[in-house]
Amino acid sequence: MNRKVQHFIDLVLVLTQKDLKVRYKSNILGYLWSVANPLAFAFVFYVAFKVIMRIQMEAYALFLIAGLFPWQWFANSVSVTPTVFLSNASIIKKVNFPRNIIPFSIVLQDMLHFIFSIPVIVLFMLIYHKLPHWSWIYGIPILLIVQFVFAYGISLFVSSINLFFRDLERLVGILITLCFYFTPIIYPLEMIPDKYQSLVNLNPMCPLIISWRNLFFYGKVEWMYIFISLGYGVLALLIGYAVYRKLSWKFAEVL
Amino acid sequence: MSESIVSFEHVSKSYPQYHQITGGIKQFLFNLPKAVRLFKTARYLALHDISFEVKQGETFGIIGRNGAGKSTTLGLIAGVLKSTIGKVSVKGKISPLLELGAGFNSDLTGRENIFLNGVLMGLTRKEVANKVDDIIEFSELGEFIEQPIRVYSSGMLARLGFSVASSLDPEILLIDEILAVGDITFQHKCVERMMSFKQKKVTMVFVSHSMESMVSLCDRAMWIENHTVKMIGDAKAVVKEFVNQS
Ligand SMILES: Nc1ncnc2c1ncn2[C@@H]1O[C@H](COP(=O)(O)OP(=O)(O)O)[C@@H](O)[C@H]1O
Ligand SMILES: [Mg+2]
Repeated sequence: MNRKVQHFIDLVLVLTQKDLKVRYKSNILGYLWSVANPLAFAFVFYVAFKVIMRIQMEAYALFLIAGLFPWQWFANSVSVTPTVFLSNASIIKKVNFPRNIIPFSIVLQDMLHFIFSIPVIVLFMLIYHKLPHWSWIYGIPILLIVQFVFAYGISLFVSSINLFFRDLERLVGILITLCFYFTPIIYPLEMIPDKYQSLVNLNPMCPLIISWRNLFFYGKVEWMYIFISLGYGVLALLIGYAVYRKLSWKFAEVL
Repeated sequence: MSESIVSFEHVSKSYPQYHQITGGIKQFLFNLPKAVRLFKTARYLALHDISFEVKQGETFGIIGRNGAGKSTTLGLIAGVLKSTIGKVSVKGKISPLLELGAGFNSDLTGRENIFLNGVLMGLTRKEVANKVDDIIEFSELGEFIEQPIRVYSSGMLARLGFSVASSLDPEILLIDEILAVGDITFQHKCVERMMSFKQKKVTMVFVSHSMESMVSLCDRAMWIENHTVKMIGDAKAVVKEFVNQS
């Protein structure tokens, strides 16, 4: 293999391993966390909306999980993002390497956790007598790429800015929570009142989560939603990268 | 005449007063006009119009009082800082900046830090794996190598840092006051290794407050005072002048 490619892979690997250890203490725990956390939330929402408020929806548990798992990937990546450069201060100040590899490997790592949690979704499908669809073969990779691009773009932006405005971290936490409730994760798109339907696509996570759920639930690949998501992804990446490029040479000064 | 590896041409470096904004968005927005004005104008000049060259295989010393701008100079060579004015050019594979204090990542073990370090420096994991035993042996850290480096003393961190950086075949080695913390035996080992680097024609830039090692190791030296070059030339002569002054 080309040495440059090998080195890039090793760099991502070493940083990912380091990060796993710092965030979760071990690979297994990291994986368990990425599965247990959305499951716990699914349980809470199930009790609140299905058992107590008696929402009229079939397979509500599966419905929740199909949205919560990809959401968890996004939320996990973005919520650690503000501090990724801060927590790597000592390497940034000593070695000149492409700093964007740090957020890159974080988003990659959360993506891998998500991929490994897909069997849990399949398990729930089996419980509700549904089977994986052949469209997953291309649907999943496409959505993985789209969400990766979006999450990485946001990460680049937030992590670079946070070095200069250190309270961005708290703001990001609030924004993630807001975004969660404005995205049809715990309720279906159809339940949103007609007069607000047109606003739905203003939330970048909305078409993405809908795409994931369509794929898991019905094996449906809806290109319109995917293209909107991709548009947001590319936009986020362009802005994120531009900001990163502008600021990255100052990182060692502010840390 | 051998090739110049590091060259500074009229380099100045000033730091903005980042604490104006790292206080947070809230603070920044509430004091917007004042914050922006301060941020634009109030810069701290750390280096002013510095020019020098380091040749292939040369050991180059930098001396000066605390806050003179020595570490800033090394940061510029390492490429982690960017000059405000002037041109810095560096050729070759640079070691991680060796300096006091924080090692690489305090949650990782010494061994894991060796890999992190080596890969960041541009080696593949396999290349690091081939050297890891030598590095551990040289560091004399024994079983501590499997412990997170948060439990290391500053001397042990210096051992690890020096062992790694000097074992990974750097073409340029940057050393910032690191000899000061190791114990005497380790200091000797470091000096010995630096001597062997000299023979192998590795270029070194060396900041130290030990005038003795300055004289014994360095070919030439630069004295920075008040953020600018006070004197540059033969190491013995510069050190002599520096000692006379202070
Ligand atoms: N990141 C930074 N932001 C602002 N000022 C800095 C920064 N780093 C260094 N300085 C200032 O620049 C000057 C030179 O620092 P430094 O190069 O570390 O000195 P030395 O290593 O010679 O003791 C010091 O006065 C220091 O306060
Ligand atoms: Mg210093």
